[in-house]
Amino acid sequence: MHNATIKSLSADLAARRISSVELTQHFLNRIKALGGKYNCFITLDPDASLKQAQAADRLRASGGGQPLTGIPIAQKDIFCAKGWLTTCGSRILSNFRSPYDAHVVEQLNGAGAVNLGKTNMDEFAMGSSSETSFYGAVRNPWNVDFVPGGSSGGSSAAVAARLAPGAIGTDTGGSIRQPAALSGVCGLKPTYGVVSRYGMIAFASSLDQGGPLARSAEDLALMLNVMAGHDARDSTSLAREREDYARDLGKPVQGLTIGLPDEFFAAGAAPGVVKAVEAAIAEFRKLGCKTVKVTLPNMKLSVPVYYVLAPAEASSNLARYDGVRYGYRAPEYSDLTDLYRRTRSQGFGPEVKRRILIGTYVLSHGYYDAYYIQAQKVRRLIARDFTEAFKSCDVIMGPTSPTTAFRLGEKMSDPVQMYLNDIYTIPANLAGLPGMSIPCGLDEKGLPVGLQVVGGHFAEAKMLGLAHQYQLATDWHLRIPPGCDT
Amino acid sequence: MALKLDDVKRAADLARIAVDDAEARAALSQLNDVFKLIAEMQAVDTRGIEPMSHAQDLVQPLRRDAVTETDQHGLFQSVAPHVEGGLYLVPKVIE
Repeated sequence: MHNATIKSLSADLAARRISSVELTQHFLNRIKALGGKYNCFITLDPDASLKQAQAADRLRASGGGQPLTGIPIAQKDIFCAKGWLTTCGSRILSNFRSPYDAHVVEQLNGAGAVNLGKTNMDEFAMGSSSETSFYGAVRNPWNVDFVPGGSSGGSSAAVAARLAPGAIGTDTGGSIRQPAALSGVCGLKPTYGVVSRYGMIAFASSLDQGGPLARSAEDLALMLNVMAGHDARDSTSLAREREDYARDLGKPVQGLTIGLPDEFFAAGAAPGVVKAVEAAIAEFRKLGCKTVKVTLPNMKLSVPVYYVLAPAEASSNLARYDGVRYGYRAPEYSDLTDLYRRTRSQGFGPEVKRRILIGTYVLSHGYYDAYYIQAQKVRRLIARDFTEAFKSCDVIMGPTSPTTAFRLGEKMSDPVQMYLNDIYTIPANLAGLPGMSIPCGLDEKGLPVGLQVVGGHFAEAKMLGLAHQYQLATDWHLRIPPGCDT
Repeated sequence: MALKLDDVKRAADLARIAVDDAEARAALSQLNDVFKLIAEMQAVDTRGIEPMSHAQDLVQPLRRDAVTETDQHGLFQSVAPHVEGGLYLVPKVIE
């Protein structure tokens, strides 16, 4: 059961060949047996999961149900789920039992999906390796000495290790796509505004976007169909007609034009990554796609721009953690200011504090124009590059990450090296564009390589169609990490 | 422009994060690496470019000025560190 896709599990549930209780119990058993090895879950609540599974079975028995009814989905611990501990990987929320559901969680519950558990992540989604969690580092199922990527590394590792058929994550600078690439699974960051941010713990609000991780493009489409939708409680949620993200899965891709930015293939990407990505592009040519060179001349400025904007927004968003209304409070303090200081110093980890300091500095008096406004102006230049590039192509392709997974601890002492992991993923966040990563090979160490697909606003269905046709012709998405097949 | 130790301490103070001298010095060297990276962006000529504050050109949606929230203070205060009589308790601020 654990190697099956959501699509086929859904057919089995609909035909009553399996029950959601059996399916959920099967994954809970696997998590119990293997979960500790990868440390991909922070909280499990088998009783709550099985209760949802029973409800799904009743719905199916009465002839009701949708594609996700009865499917267990792991949830990144950044999504508030009523009654569940929701920690965001941080000590400061280590005792926070959410009193409400995120919009995405409401949507999943409404579709009858089962919450399989809350996955581990970089603290407040700040990281590219899932090592900054208060709950310890997540390990990569392909090799436990390596990181799974981050920040949605618990979600990507759970899907890769067959501990969940699908998972939800969030992507501020690459946090769905990069772990999907490093863990050998599929991940999609939708167009900004497609998925509501209500109840998704805020990091950088102008960039944060929730999305699905799964083992096939088809499964991503089924999940996005449920996750997307307008929500008045998020003022940036887009009021658009509902669309079926699976509508282009059967469409031929012949004649579509793929843009290949020089900047994605310039020095910096590892040879094993470039080789696999070029082979994938050759496969798309065989499928009838055309390729054209495009240029994103300001792409190199994405990382510097991001490390002004994201920390600035984070320093403001994280001001709410004060030890007064919820979450951790320092045990000893002398006065109110001391209560804030001690609570925040003890409650936040080093990377979160670093970003709060950067953000506070760039927003402080005298520096605002030089840093924040300048970064917003360069952000526009980067977005314009994409508008220009999409005049001559339907989608852009390149590597998701310059390297495959790196060793645990390798980049923890050098923040800048860690930040540069996201050089290929950050531009789509800055421009608000949809981005996806799908497995396209293994490098010489046997670690997965991700192919990134970036489309224009609302091009998700087209991108998923392309990925699905690729996955019909290749089997990289079906590869199983060693020891995870039984 | 490199940051000084006082810049780090001032930002930490504004952000209500306690740092001792050793922590501030360690943060200083890492922050200066990050600001070296950020400097690449500062050199760009952006005259005449409108700042882009958001990924989509959105207008602020408005709602009717009506009560929409129900009173859930009991539920919300159930996760607070220290509550008494429906009030959040903090150290005394006014003598």
